[in-house]
Amino acid sequence: MEDIEKAFETRELSISLGPQHPATHGVLRLVLNLQGENVMKCTPYVGYLHRGIEKLGENRTYFSALPLSDRLDYISSMNNNVGYVNAVEKLFGIEAPERAKFIRTMVAEMGRISSHIIWLGTHVLDIGATTPFLYAFREREIIMDLFEMLCGARLTVSYPRVGGVRNDISQEFLDKLYEFVLDFPSKMDDYETLVTENRVWKARTVGIGVISAEEAVNWGLTGGMLRGSGVDYDVRKYAPYDAYDKVEFDIPIGKTGDCYDRYIVRMQEMRQANRIIKQCIEKLPAGAVMADEPKFTLPPKDLVLKDMEHLIHQFILITKGPTVPEGEIYMGTEVPKGELGFYFVSDGTGRPYRMRVRAPSYVHASVLPRLCEGGMIADVITNIGTIDIVLGECDR
Amino acid sequence: MEPLEIAEKIKEIFPEEVLSVSEFRGQVSVTLMKNRIRDIARYLHDDPDLYFDYLVDVCGVDFLGKKEKRFEIVYQLYSIKHRRALRLKAEVSEQDPTIDSVTSVWVGANWHERETFDLFGIKFKGHPDLRRILMPEDWEGHPLRKDYPLQGPAKEWSGFEDVLERSRRFKDYEWQG
Repeated sequence: MEDIEKAFETRELSISLGPQHPATHGVLRLVLNLQGENVMKCTPYVGYLHRGIEKLGENRTYFSALPLSDRLDYISSMNNNVGYVNAVEKLFGIEAPERAKFIRTMVAEMGRISSHIIWLGTHVLDIGATTPFLYAFREREIIMDLFEMLCGARLTVSYPRVGGVRNDISQEFLDKLYEFVLDFPSKMDDYETLVTENRVWKARTVGIGVISAEEAVNWGLTGGMLRGSGVDYDVRKYAPYDAYDKVEFDIPIGKTGDCYDRYIVRMQEMRQANRIIKQCIEKLPAGAVMADEPKFTLPPKDLVLKDMEHLIHQFILITKGPTVPEGEIYMGTEVPKGELGFYFVSDGTGRPYRMRVRAPSYVHASVLPRLCEGGMIADVITNIGTIDIVLGECDR
Repeated sequence: MEPLEIAEKIKEIFPEEVLSVSEFRGQVSVTLMKNRIRDIARYLHDDPDLYFDYLVDVCGVDFLGKKEKRFEIVYQLYSIKHRRALRLKAEVSEQDPTIDSVTSVWVGANWHERETFDLFGIKFKGHPDLRRILMPEDWEGHPLRKDYPLQGPAKEWSGFEDVLERSRRFKDYEWQG
């Protein structure tokens, strides 16, 4: 008997998962201390994708720092842009016209669907289901095509601008989007048939990575991570921006705070996003898409090319930046990952004195040790999938 | 309770700590001395009328040459129960860049404080694991300080030679299975 015990004696082993590992969703590195298959200690290492976006932002005008926000969470850049321009508008004290607000809400929800679809595809792929991944990318492609139709770019869009949006949308775009919106719930049913009641899926996610509501709030979790634990905190409801107070939608919440509940929450969120897009198309008001605030918004490009005054105006705004009141502002918006916040300190010049990005992925990566320690090594992969991080945003 | 009333309340309980209260676009910031930041955080977190259970963000701001005390550590607080936001700012001087950590109140402050240490060089007393996080561990300087250059001479990062050396070594490695 002793011999058998001796033969199975284990010693603590430390392995490095990542940074180049398909299941870490980017360049995340985890050092795992293992006792057999049990994870005793988990230490995340981030920073491989650090580009100093905050430092860069401090050296650019408010207009030219906008494309930097694309590069935060690069699979939902539309939402980052919306967050950035909302924060800057609040600092400037201007407001976008109603039509622009509805358009922004609409495109932000499209970004939410495309981000959640990627999350769904990769999360189930990590756990072993290939089919939903292929289906998911089919739907994402439609959204990417719509973005291309809207502004010419598929990934790094920079479509929302300070004071409105870059260009008005066409009827053709609206028709195509409406077609997608009507079709999308049936696609959601397809995913749910494949995944929701799947025995393997349930065995891998139910009761894994449980975090209680109180603890989740204390960790600073937001988005699906928090709502999966049963807290209904959503910036879109708690501090509405854009047109979120004019559309109807529900905030799905979970009960136990495990990976399965977070899955259900995000699936429901996609259906709600679809509902919001539909309402935005139906309620879309007519009017301008850029605020009439010559001191703070760039003049229309066709006038710049014809008219001297607008040319001078554009030149000053681009080189020197607008004259911004002194002060500081924090504005959070709900992006697919959670609460993305921008904190600006203005010293009265055209460049932010300090630009701070509160990145949800960064906070969610920090909770990994809490979720993984004491579990099995196979569940580490599930936990990385469920926190839904993008390392571009985490490292900034 | 309005955010300004909360600021008054903090002033009442910690009269020596509050330096000023300001409001901009409806957002209230309370500037504090750094000495008792943990007590103030604990009070704001625990008091049932305030209940700031969610620490949104911790970050540093460098006011080089603009203010007497060079750094400010900014805490964005939010109370999910009462739907209220508040901003605390603690002044930290260049000569003594230390402040108490609030990780014992909000666990989520852990990585935010590590980042502030990494990018500003502020030391958080009582932090469980204060290491660099975004920059390599042997990096010199703190990039978000205002006197840190945006561009520099073409000098490789000191660890780069080490990486090259290691890759050379691994190329020669023969696996004995």
